[in-house]
Amino acid sequence: MTIPAEAQQAIRSFGISLEDYLLPVHGRVQQIQILDPSGHLLPEDERGSAPGHEYPIPPGEELLEAYRRLVIGRRVNDQNSALVRQGRMAVYPSSHGQEACQVAAALCLSEGDWMFPTYRDSVAVMSRGVDPVEAMTLFRGDWHGGYDPHEHHVGIQCTPLTTQLLHAVGVAHAAKLRGEDTVVLAMCGDGATSEGDFHEALNFAAVFHLPVVFFVQNNQYAISVPLAHQTVAPSLAHKAIGYGMAGERVDGNDAIALLAVLDRAVRLARSGSGPLLVEAHTYRMQAHTNADDATRYRADAEVQAWAAKDPLVRMREYLRGEGVLTDDVEASFAADAEEVARRLREGLGEDAAVDPADLFRFVFTEPTPQLREQAALLAEEVARDDISARDDIPGKEH
Amino acid sequence: MSTVAEAVAARAAASAGPEPLTFAKALTAAMADSLRADDSVVVFGEDIGTLGGVFRITDGLQEEFGEQRVFDTPLAESGIVGMAVGMAMNGLRPVLELQFDAFAYPAFQQILSHVAKMHNRTRGKVRLPMVLRVPYAGGIGGVEHHCDSSEAYYAHTPGLKVCTPATVADAYRMLREAIASDDPVVFLEPKKLYWTKDLVDLEALRAEFDAKPASSEGRAVVARPGTDATLIAYGPTVGTALAAAEAAAAEGRSVEVVDVRSIVPFDDETVTASVRKTGRAVVVAEAAGFASVASEIVARVQERCFHSLAAPVRRVTGFDIPYPPPKLEHWHLPSVDRILDALDDLQWED
Repeated sequence: MTIPAEAQQAIRSFGISLEDYLLPVHGRVQQIQILDPSGHLLPEDERGSAPGHEYPIPPGEELLEAYRRLVIGRRVNDQNSALVRQGRMAVYPSSHGQEACQVAAALCLSEGDWMFPTYRDSVAVMSRGVDPVEAMTLFRGDWHGGYDPHEHHVGIQCTPLTTQLLHAVGVAHAAKLRGEDTVVLAMCGDGATSEGDFHEALNFAAVFHLPVVFFVQNNQYAISVPLAHQTVAPSLAHKAIGYGMAGERVDGNDAIALLAVLDRAVRLARSGSGPLLVEAHTYRMQAHTNADDATRYRADAEVQAWAAKDPLVRMREYLRGEGVLTDDVEASFAADAEEVARRLREGLGEDAAVDPADLFRFVFTEPTPQLREQAALLAEEVARDDISARDDIPGKEH
Repeated sequence: MSTVAEAVAARAAASAGPEPLTFAKALTAAMADSLRADDSVVVFGEDIGTLGGVFRITDGLQEEFGEQRVFDTPLAESGIVGMAVGMAMNGLRPVLELQFDAFAYPAFQQILSHVAKMHNRTRGKVRLPMVLRVPYAGGIGGVEHHCDSSEAYYAHTPGLKVCTPATVADAYRMLREAIASDDPVVFLEPKKLYWTKDLVDLEALRAEFDAKPASSEGRAVVARPGTDATLIAYGPTVGTALAAAEAAAAEGRSVEVVDVRSIVPFDDETVTASVRKTGRAVVVAEAAGFASVASEIVARVQERCFHSLAAPVRRVTGFDIPYPPPKLEHWHLPSVDRILDALDDLQWED
């Protein structure tokens, strides 16, 4: 839509104008990028940071560990997609192409911190330490969730969009009231920024000055709807401004930049900055899930352009160039990834034992009299079915 | 008078026995005592701090317990409930006020998708001990969206406990129990009862709670004994049912009144025992009758008491209409006359 010249003039002087809002970027959206797609470090003055606030490159061992996890993450994504095709899982929302975001989300947090992931963040969840098979329970379908959120401080993988951001805010608020230095990473996608809870979570976190880092993976699509239909803001990082918090945009396929930005965000939040917003500019390489057909809404040329920016390729090139990623190290990472894939195949290859009594067991801390009645009814039904399925009972009619 | 001064006065008068107390002050005392007894209790919502809530139910709490534990939030109900989920996950016991029944609806996604389901989906690993206090139902001449009988929405959602007190003593007792519960509780406070008074021995109630912190949880009570018919009511209609029973007594009919108190879980035992004894029953509720809690109670009673019934179980409920404007609401709400008509209709001629 074009705005008439007269209106443009008026908007320019309308209170806090759009021009003020865009001032730092002047139409060019700034983002932090350290590594170019071919795996070379960009010159320092082209990395997008403000003068005097340059991001240091994380230490070599951290980068090597990040690459190891990238390799595992890619293998997990591909293995899980295969398991869906084999009917071992109902569905799997793959983060193929977003692995750098996934790994950095896990690596930026300390043990006592919390992560609140979405359904697409399985790799981040596993990278935080959750057992891969337990993480996949939701998608296998034998329960709505398989891991104990308290064990690794990982919230449930939320499917109602952005609702988890408020849980993140609450966890941070409780920690703050007790004087703990917990930081909470609240994850969501680009489409989710249109939801009301996104607004409420950012506003609550800002008003209560809470140590929450909102981490938006902008993978360009909410199922089929492109970002242009979600917002006309110049970037999602800009959304922070309206809440009185700072936002930073980062190349979501550049693991080095992600680690640098998220490490700083977590450190700032822990030292009392209040909430921050980080937008990672990335791309969902595969369909929303296996039930989706991405060819209906995006061109192959676009996908190929993003394939050339693959987060694993550029990290590998960089680390090989630095001489730290030797053939032996690569082989050991591949073996680690294969081990996780094997665990997934084995864990999801088994038919999990399901117990009908579980349906009633956890509705409340103690089942109500009504639930006990219903559990007994179902148990009786199941027992009857079991007996009718047996043929070793004398005199039993078929 | 501030809550602090009141508490001091109450303690000084501890041996004085029952004192006149409003329903509102009983609720305030329940929150104050819970805040005092348990550091993990926090109270928040819209206007609940300095103002003490639009109904003054949190009056004096911020002054006594400070802005860390009793605080105002931005005006966003989903935010209030969603943040409470995280707080409850992380060791707190949030007690939140959703300012009006019909203004609670923006929070439904959080309530239905997470508050009700978190314990179940995590196989009991995450408990959400939280209380959603909702000023509830009609009879106060509220303008549009300030009165609604919303209990069925909550009661229909597995995983939520839903209760509503009808007496001053129960206001204290049930709110303390709700705050102590490890399950999420939707606590419906009949607005029209806020300023009613009763002679209540608060010290005795405190002692009762300390001795038995779940004495009323999930339990109905017989509010008035009788032999000929049972009126089953909850929250705002218990008083109306008692008035109808009194009027029926003048006509020579002995009517028992059961105060349901806890909608979820429902006390089939007490309700069934009463109806089996009397053989006749009328369920009285303000909410629209179609697909309602009253309908559920009727179904449960018929299923369990069929052979004891002398007549079909009747309902006296609100009409199936959007909540009416102040000057018309008296036609909508169950009245003593309408209850007496329903009682008359229970096939006494046989």
